[in-house]
Amino acid sequence: MALGLGCSAKPGKAKENRTGSWRTFRPEFMHEKCTKCGMCTQVCPEGCIGEDDLGFPVPDYDYCKGCGLCVEECPSQAIEMKKEEK
Amino acid sequence: MTGETCHLFEVGHRACGGCAAALVARTILDAAGKNTIVVSSTGCMEVFSTPYPETAWNVPWIHSLFENNSAVASGIVASLKKQGRKEKVIAIGGDGATFDIGMLCISGAFERGHDFLYICYDNEAYMNTGIQRSGATPYDASTTTSPAGKCSMGNRRPKKDLPMILAAHGAPYVATASVAYLPDLKKKVEKGLQTEGPCYIQVHAPCCTGWGFEGEKTMNIGKLAIETGLWVNYEMEDGKVTRAKKVVRKPVEAYLKEQRRFRHLFKPSRNEAEIAKIQAIADWNAEKFGIDIKLKK
Repeated sequence: MALGLGCSAKPGKAKENRTGSWRTFRPEFMHEKCTKCGMCTQVCPEGCIGEDDLGFPVPDYDYCKGCGLCVEECPSQAIEMKKEEK
Repeated sequence: MTGETCHLFEVGHRACGGCAAALVARTILDAAGKNTIVVSSTGCMEVFSTPYPETAWNVPWIHSLFENNSAVASGIVASLKKQGRKEKVIAIGGDGATFDIGMLCISGAFERGHDFLYICYDNEAYMNTGIQRSGATPYDASTTTSPAGKCSMGNRRPKKDLPMILAAHGAPYVATASVAYLPDLKKKVEKGLQTEGPCYIQVHAPCCTGWGFEGEKTMNIGKLAIETGLWVNYEMEDGKVTRAKKVVRKPVEAYLKEQRRFRHLFKPSRNEAEIAKIQAIADWNAEKFGIDIKLKK
């Protein structure tokens, strides 16, 4: 592997590392209970929860490690942890 | 794809699930914006965010040694000043790099008065190398170098009061924050960057691996530390405490019993004497900062 000057790396290159494979449980978002408060987006340590066209939170399962912080913090209990099936 | 995310701190970093330090990094960059240069000393955050050739940072980022990140930051600040550039400089260190190893360089940089913001994510031990005690480890916490057992109840020394030490250097803005209150952390980072001169923010960052709790409890543990008075969120401007978060305090055991590092206080039998000593620390914090809310009867 060729080293860059000063061992520099391309900004944001970590995106190639898909941490979703670490997961044993996955958060399932129930949009019918969701109030779009944005808490899950704020507390996700990966920063992998985005929004769909209607403003509902959508996780990026390529990176979600399944820590369950969003489930614990959701004030409307609109997220549930389910066993990962691969 | 729907659900596209865009952050200056990129996805794909290798922090543990539920890591508070990752959340701190993302919040800092959300507050600071893209015209920022970050200096990181060795530590968890450096290791999980930048295993070569990957990096989670979308801003210029430089890795320094454990001891010299504020010296590196000083150099960058001086160079930017000479060039007439306006980028903001943030130095980030863990508690080991800040409280112990980097103390000398931090003290020097604060004394010289460089315009930068130092942020310490305080997970209360050397987590990256395997949970060794640091100057930030609280009283009675069990770590691999202060193990609890027959002859010891864990760490014998209280946590070093670093914010006060740096305030005594004449820092214009010193604050503590917690990962459990992210909007507050964001505001403090913005304020620290706007204030001219060396500023310091210490962020309480519960570590699920080192403290021994489930990853989903990170925020709860952070909240409990504040609700018991063992961590106080406050701001100091020009050496005076101007704001402190008030709470209706809970007994300290609510916080202690949730964590493996304090397990020896409850098993095999409850150690009232040691719990009382920790309660005394919380009582002293409450008195010092006046955080108690008096409930009307």
